[in-house]
Amino acid sequence: MDVLLQQLLNGLILGSLYAMVALGYTMVYGILELINFAHGEIVMLGAMVAVSLLTLLVGAGVPVPLALFLALGAAVAVCMLTGILVERVAYRPLRNAPRLAPLITAIGVSIVLQNLAMIFWGRQYLSFPPVQEVQVYDWMGATVTNVQLIIVGVAALTMGGLLLLVNRTRLGRAMRATAQNREVAGLMGVDVNRVIAVTFAVGSALAAVAGLLIAAYYGIAHYNMGFTLGLKAFSAAVLGGIGNIPGALLGGLLLGVIESLGAGYIGDLTGGFLGSHYQDIFAFFVLILVLVFRPSGLLGERVGERA
Amino acid sequence: MISILPERLSQNPRLAWVVFAALGLLLAVLPFLVDAGMGRTWVRILDFAMLYVMLALGLNIVVGFAGLLDLGYVAFYAVGAYFYAILASPQFGIHLPFWALLPMGAGVACLFGILLGAPTLRLRGDYLAIVTLGFGEIIRIFLNNLNAPLNITNGPQGINMIDPVRIAGHSLTRPIEILGVKLSGAHGHYFLFLVLTLLVIFIALRLQHSRIGRAWAAIREDEVAAEAMGINTRNLKLLAFAMGATFGGLGGGLFAAFQGFVSPESFGLMESIMILCMVVLGGMGHIPGVILGAILVTVLPELLRYIGPLQQELIGRVAVDPADLRMLLFGLALVAMMLFRPQGLWPSRVRARELRPDNPDEVRQEQESLYDRER
Repeated sequence: MDVLLQQLLNGLILGSLYAMVALGYTMVYGILELINFAHGEIVMLGAMVAVSLLTLLVGAGVPVPLALFLALGAAVAVCMLTGILVERVAYRPLRNAPRLAPLITAIGVSIVLQNLAMIFWGRQYLSFPPVQEVQVYDWMGATVTNVQLIIVGVAALTMGGLLLLVNRTRLGRAMRATAQNREVAGLMGVDVNRVIAVTFAVGSALAAVAGLLIAAYYGIAHYNMGFTLGLKAFSAAVLGGIGNIPGALLGGLLLGVIESLGAGYIGDLTGGFLGSHYQDIFAFFVLILVLVFRPSGLLGERVGERA
Repeated sequence: MISILPERLSQNPRLAWVVFAALGLLLAVLPFLVDAGMGRTWVRILDFAMLYVMLALGLNIVVGFAGLLDLGYVAFYAVGAYFYAILASPQFGIHLPFWALLPMGAGVACLFGILLGAPTLRLRGDYLAIVTLGFGEIIRIFLNNLNAPLNITNGPQGINMIDPVRIAGHSLTRPIEILGVKLSGAHGHYFLFLVLTLLVIFIALRLQHSRIGRAWAAIREDEVAAEAMGINTRNLKLLAFAMGATFGGLGGGLFAAFQGFVSPESFGLMESIMILCMVVLGGMGHIPGVILGAILVTVLPELLRYIGPLQQELIGRVAVDPADLRMLLFGLALVAMMLFRPQGLWPSRVRARELRPDNPDEVRQEQESLYDRER
């Protein structure tokens, strides 16, 4: 029982991180119907900027809360700028091109970002500086650390903020209108290009926060971390129903739990043939199963069966 | 074969034959010239270029002909390579003959392609891209970890001492003398790959101009209209995807036998991107263009080696490792090509007009048909 509880807890913590990244995919998809392959790399960029800056600041004797705030701020700024730049350079000129074209630029941009990061930061892992003393709490036989609790708290706050932004503000209404029908939204006086740029900026800001949290969760950041993460977050978004914001939240949490339970029990289930290092394959199987049985995802209403 | 030539040549058969004869002669002496002029390494690079031409032509069927984005192409290449490696090496002590394993490996890759394509191809093209991306990763994870408790793939160390290609009992890695001409292993593989490449080119050409090829073009240009014309879009897309996978598996088997060694490292995402880059750079859907793209993408990075010493000379130190630049340039090439020359360096006429129409009426028409919006 305590093992199950532990896995569930781990899954929810991990899932809250996936959900944050999945939101970025789903928002862009909702508006442009484009899989923004580069989103995972934006998360990576956020993590790298935050961790390297934090290490620098803490090393220079800046008090920890201020250092965290500055590092997060810098990561958010860098990611937002990158997100807007990517949209402007690689996606906007191709908005009316055949569908294959923006997909190819998306993958190209992702490769470019990854390799720029590799050249800039090198191939080694950056380790997250020990800014907070880790305390372990016991809860019904399962353990949870204060760092994990902080991660979940920040993730919940950020995502709550996003929901408010999308559902309660004028900008959010413009975003939803653009997602429903770009032309008509334009006719109603919505500056569609601006809304799309802002969507990328908001998604990238979320990605920056997620990057910092993920680096804190694993204790490391690496130029290569964005790819698998992006794939998983995309799977989470599809699981929840791509283009649907509550769906991305649900999908992220569920995927985290599935992955955590799967990794915990795969050894027993396969008689020890497959071990926990197969953790990364669950997201993919979830993706395939969803596409076969419910392509619209759990909360999605419709998805094109046609190309 | 004539149809790969520019129009002026194909209207003049005699000239076409002269061109073919000259090209054939050039291809026959090329490895000797390269060997004499630039050394044995470059003959091996030629071998690789040929291998990549085959792979790129396979991917071109999926991306260029049918317009489906396959980002995990290298997974099928890995399947073919490991299939051969496991059944023709000391790993299990099994040594089946090359010529039997090569088609079987291609068949297994094809099977994987069908298994993966069947659920995803009913959906929009984007899903195929992401699912293939994931599949590539999964295959790599399995190759890396299937060494315990039962050692199948030998994990990250890879499988070594794979049997070479044998032709009439002669191992192709050994030098041989035929009619007074001494052939090294690299030369031997060159001629083997040349024959197979020509075969693949032939198949690709025949496919392109067949009923199936025309159906693929129709699907690529407007799927709804294609379906209205009575084309079974799902099956034809699956066929394109499976066929690409088959070529990938074929290339994998050749790679394993040529290299004598396979490890999961050779089958990462970057390899898929590189092959995609060949197709996009050359000209999606245009066979001569794709061949050009494959050769450029294989040969040009070799020139990057010289950037290291160049930096040394200019700024006194090696600031950026040339090997690190390679993928960056591929990524930039993908973006730049899509933005400025989506039809590729050497496009076919039809495709050029489709991707970059000249007159405004065509532009509007293409946008209406190709920009497949959901309603």
